[in-house]
Amino acid sequence: MTTPILQVRDLRVEYTTPAGPAQAVAGVSFDLAPGEFLAIVGESGCGKSTMLFSIAQLLTYPAQTVGGSVLFDGVDLTTLSDEELRQRRWRDISVVMQSAMNALNPTLSIGAQLADACRAHTDWNEDKIAQRSAEVLSMVSIDVAHLKSFPFQLSGGMRQRAMIAMALLLEPKLIIMDEPTSALDVVAQRSLMRQVENLRRELGFAVLFVTHDMSVVSHFSDRLAVMYAGEFVELGATREVFDRPRHPYSVGLMDAFPSIVGEARELTGIAGNPPSLVNPPEGCLFAARCASATDECRSVRPELVTTENHAVSCHLVNPRRRS
Amino acid sequence: MSDPILSVENLSRHFRVGGFRSAGTLHATDDVSFEVSASEIVALVGESGSGKSTIARVLAGLYPPTSGSIVFEGQRQGKQASRKVRGRMPMVFQDPFGSINPVLRVGHSLERSLKLHRPELDKAGREREAVTLVEKVGLLPGAEVLRRYPHELSGGQRQRLGFAQALASRPSLILADEPVSMLDVSIRIGLLNVMRSLRDDEHVSLLYITHDLASARYVADRMIVLYAGRIVEEGTTEEVISNPSHPYTRLLMATAPDPRLPLSHETDVEDLGEPPKVINPGPGCRFAPRCPLASDECRSSTPAMVQLSPTKRVACFAVKGS
Repeated sequence: MTTPILQVRDLRVEYTTPAGPAQAVAGVSFDLAPGEFLAIVGESGCGKSTMLFSIAQLLTYPAQTVGGSVLFDGVDLTTLSDEELRQRRWRDISVVMQSAMNALNPTLSIGAQLADACRAHTDWNEDKIAQRSAEVLSMVSIDVAHLKSFPFQLSGGMRQRAMIAMALLLEPKLIIMDEPTSALDVVAQRSLMRQVENLRRELGFAVLFVTHDMSVVSHFSDRLAVMYAGEFVELGATREVFDRPRHPYSVGLMDAFPSIVGEARELTGIAGNPPSLVNPPEGCLFAARCASATDECRSVRPELVTTENHAVSCHLVNPRRRS
Repeated sequence: MSDPILSVENLSRHFRVGGFRSAGTLHATDDVSFEVSASEIVALVGESGSGKSTIARVLAGLYPPTSGSIVFEGQRQGKQASRKVRGRMPMVFQDPFGSINPVLRVGHSLERSLKLHRPELDKAGREREAVTLVEKVGLLPGAEVLRRYPHELSGGQRQRLGFAQALASRPSLILADEPVSMLDVSIRIGLLNVMRSLRDDEHVSLLYITHDLASARYVADRMIVLYAGRIVEEGTTEEVISNPSHPYTRLLMATAPDPRLPLSHETDVEDLGEPPKVINPGPGCRFAPRCPLASDECRSSTPAMVQLSPTKRVACFAVKGS
């Protein structure tokens, strides 16, 4: 097996709140192989974006990483200084934010913003910068003439593609994407996903992709992680998780969105709300919403157990061996 | 078929945009005609800029129409919607965080609507009615929910409250403008079920405005597909979904994210999803620049609505020819 490009081990993030620390990410571990596409799905407040920001070391108060390690190419990012991180950002890891409207500077042209990133992270001359900027824009099917355009002159889909062009500038090994498609129409969304997929095949970067809408990634990601209340509850090959979800929460999620194919049928969704992260319950975090929860579920926190490359944290799926 | 409760004819709404020299006219909605019957959910489906929200806002009386007529419950509507009409045809907005007064308790806001629209109720009657209303949309226990502040409710609960608020004035038609698009996927289905129960149990009609074909299919009886301010296709939900006629509807179907479709569904859709130009549009079909079937005729004249079946209409030269 190839060496993973990213190894996250027991990552923990807390938010300082008046009621005490809230555990937003409660011990997440996973590996990401070079060129792999891992999608992380979960509802709002499950900690998925917080986890991405912790991996990219972009958290600010009141959130802080309180435990665990993030090994990128063998180096633990949590121990690096700001300057050492700065050298790795954009070159090795780049980030595509949720709202391109807010992430792009409205007063600078797209070309000027691309050039800014190049000047901050390389010693390229102006010719090289102009050439590379034109190159990345055409990679995402934006006409080179738009180097002179300002963000307000671009459509939502174009802005989001311009963000991806910026992320590609220095050929990073890992691109972190935080719901890049959530503000787009379906046609633009599909086109963006296809473009990410084609570029990944061509350039070989790995993708960590967060979304609340798992149908967006269903045809694109290699593996899928389902996150609930700060923990991974299921992690496996995307198709496998969709076709045979094992954790009751994943099963509920699969049954929560209507389809345009097949018989029209009644759906129920998942009743209830996620647990408090300040005083999490003792047992399984999903127990209160789970129809098949047992006494064991309510008292003992299940662990993520991997069998045949498919990890699930549920007592019902992984019965505990009794001594 | 019974008389429609809402009938819209040749409705247009234009906006003037730009400055003195660069002034143009934005055709948000052009020549739109449709009807809504009693106890029926009609979905208006389209992308951003298709004019779907503009239609709802004109119906709610938030802006007057540029031309065309609106007949609601047998009455032709004037430029300004009266309080009575606003009560019979209330609107539920997209953003559950921006549409509820944050400094008032939930019960207070709801009882204010009741005071305004149901003057026959006394204080005790309003309190009882408020509990019934929130319980109808699945907020339980009602009395406890009414004592809370909006920030104590989740997005899904707030949006349910939006529907309770709309129900307070005993409406016959609720205009629901993307009511679930800001909610998590896991919560959406609960709201869609509330919408269905309003139709089935309260006999309210809904105009459901959305860009999501799958949710429209789940709740709606009929579907109207809009593109760049014009209706391109209309029919019963199953007719449109199982046999889309207009090339734009087909594009929407091909790009809808749906994990239940096989991987081979990866069709070669080259379309980048660029929005249409609706400022000073020229003649011709507005979808023509993106359409794989476009002919010279499409670029020079506007296709009229053609009846394909008793319930299905489509505006496309290519479909007419076949």
